[in-house]
Amino acid sequence: MSVREYLRERFMPHLWCPGCGHGIIMNNLIRAIESLGIKKNDIVMVTGIGCSSRISGYLDFHTLHTLHGRALAFATGVKLARPELKIIVPMGDGDAIAIGGNHFIHAARRNIDITAIIMNNRVYGMTGGQFSPLSGYGTLATTAPYGNIYEAFDTVELARGAGASFVARTTTYHVRSMKEIIEKAIMHKGFSVVEILSQCPTYFGRKNKRGDAVEMLKYLKESTAPIGSERKRKNPALIERGIFVEEDRPEYCAEYEKIVEKAQKG
Amino acid sequence: MSFQEIKGTLPAGSYYFSGNEAVAEGAIAAGCRYYAGYPITPSSEIMERIAVRFKEVGGVFMQMEDELASICSVIGAVWAGAKAMTATSGPGFSLMQEAIGYAAITETPLVVVDIQRAGPGTGQATRVGSGDYMQAKWGSHGDYQVIALSPWSVQEMYEHSIEAFNLAEQYRVPVFVMGEEAVAHLRERLEVQATVRVFNRVKKHGTPPFGTDSMDGVPPMPAFGEGERLLVTGSTHDEFGIRKTDDPRAHARLVERINNKILANRGKIANTESWYLDGAEVVVVAYGFTARSALFAVELLRKTGKRAGLLRLKTIWPFPEEAIRDVGRSARKVLVPEMNRGQILGEVMKYARCEVSGLNQTNGEIIHPQRIVREVEAVL
Ligand SMILES: Cc1ncc(C[n+]2csc(CCOP(=O)(O)OP(=O)(O)O)c2C)c(N)n1
Ligand code: SF4
Ligand SMILES: [Mg+2]
Repeated sequence: MSVREYLRERFMPHLWCPGCGHGIIMNNLIRAIESLGIKKNDIVMVTGIGCSSRISGYLDFHTLHTLHGRALAFATGVKLARPELKIIVPMGDGDAIAIGGNHFIHAARRNIDITAIIMNNRVYGMTGGQFSPLSGYGTLATTAPYGNIYEAFDTVELARGAGASFVARTTTYHVRSMKEIIEKAIMHKGFSVVEILSQCPTYFGRKNKRGDAVEMLKYLKESTAPIGSERKRKNPALIERGIFVEEDRPEYCAEYEKIVEKAQKG
Repeated sequence: MSFQEIKGTLPAGSYYFSGNEAVAEGAIAAGCRYYAGYPITPSSEIMERIAVRFKEVGGVFMQMEDELASICSVIGAVWAGAKAMTATSGPGFSLMQEAIGYAAITETPLVVVDIQRAGPGTGQATRVGSGDYMQAKWGSHGDYQVIALSPWSVQEMYEHSIEAFNLAEQYRVPVFVMGEEAVAHLRERLEVQATVRVFNRVKKHGTPPFGTDSMDGVPPMPAFGEGERLLVTGSTHDEFGIRKTDDPRAHARLVERINNKILANRGKIANTESWYLDGAEVVVVAYGFTARSALFAVELLRKTGKRAGLLRLKTIWPFPEEAIRDVGRSARKVLVPEMNRGQILGEVMKYARCEVSGLNQTNGEIIHPQRIVREVEAVL
């Protein structure tokens, strides 16, 4: 199938600004699903609210566009009622880690077979450039006009600590590895988290004088390095990317089935 | 019509159950197979019973991280084809309000059992109250309708639970069983029939899932994974689920229909019960547990020749306007006893064209029948 067959073309043009990283993520998500050969009817995409969450409107799967922060909670109900369906939950950084932080850690702890994709642009794009829990110390935002004094969460460590059995990080610059990582995440049996560092030239870029989208992509290339690489060793400040956790652990729906069997045997 | 008579999930016969156990059994009988909740007094026995029973009947029980997750996962399960519910009490009901609005605009059938306790705030967690009726109606932002039932006995906790699912599925709307602590923890006889009449979701392939030709219709509801690729959104949408967030006509059309589909059927949905209304000069209008005290009081009054009657509201939303109008025409005076500061009194006043007064109590205790007797005697 071609990429276009996964799009609801009648909803184009999309709302994303020129240079927004969200489109790059959508493109690679489609490519990953296409190469896995999963049928459109077997996927439910659940999203919350944000620029990122609008991805569900553009893709021709079953789509459930829900409430800010709650996508994983909705997705949990879908998965348990129909465990045979693949559930993919793209979220913004605010959506996933601020308002939805509690659902995020509990979905990870449950190790439920859902793929969470965090489209991390370090800002609240949709509402106009307020800081997010991933903005980081010293960044500027409409609600941090003199500099943000919060440290950022490390999404990878958060997911690992909460019990996710697949945790990876990539960026919108590294499109080939992004596609491969998404494929692995979708095929992983358990809760999989892919953090994708992305760019919001309109708010984060402008406020923090990071230049245009091209400049921001370059920054994503230069500020990151593969896990355990030579570059990382030489420069510990670099953000690592790659697959951090990939473990075979009891998945929630399967465990639940076992418990039902046990109970029914009496 | 998709009503069906199915075999019950409990052997027919008499049981000695608490209201919370009965409401759980009613849900199971109605076909509920997904439950998600978060513990809160005085509702927790519902989830405890479901946790045991679902394993036997093959349902999915989830104890979630909070009430937000509980109701959101319920909505997800419903779109995946299940009949689903949650149960809670005031503080949890407050947390659920955003998702209730989402369920209203996406026309997601679901059931919430709210076992009311004495609020506001944490209030008296183990004591009774009826303070959530206005929240049930107006708790989420925007204009929408819900259905709220008000059971007065363990029997009715069971029956309203079944009815709640039937109404939810029929009208694609959130339905609340507004129990109160007193009935939730009361133990009394419950009669269970061999069969149960249930309404199963109408599914029609190829028809739009979010619109009808009429302004008060209920569209059929497909599920994920059953062929049609669905587009569900809490944003304003057209009949196919396509976002229409700056089309004034699309918004008005959707909002009017999700309201009209309930209001136009008020006559069919709203249920009341009349006791001693013949020649009654004073009519007590009561609901929930308070109606038990009211009936006791009215019977005492009748024994001494006083012309008192009772109109019991089994449905609070949509409000049974017609029955109230009738009582307002025939009675000289209407008295509305409530375990709150008069939430339903105002509604009664809107429709009863006679003298209406309240009898309000907010001390976490049930209203004693003698209080009602004294109040009626004072005006007779
Ligand atoms: C309960 C609730 N609170 C606030 C909002 C407003 N809101 C919409 S999107 C958003 C933040 C979006 O940021 P993020 O999740 O990072 O996504 P992005 O737009 O950056 O892709 C907020 C605060 C809302 N829709 N609902
Ligand atoms: S505001 Fe930022 S995140 Fe939103 S579409 Fe524009 S560039 Fe993308
Ligand atoms: Mg963001």
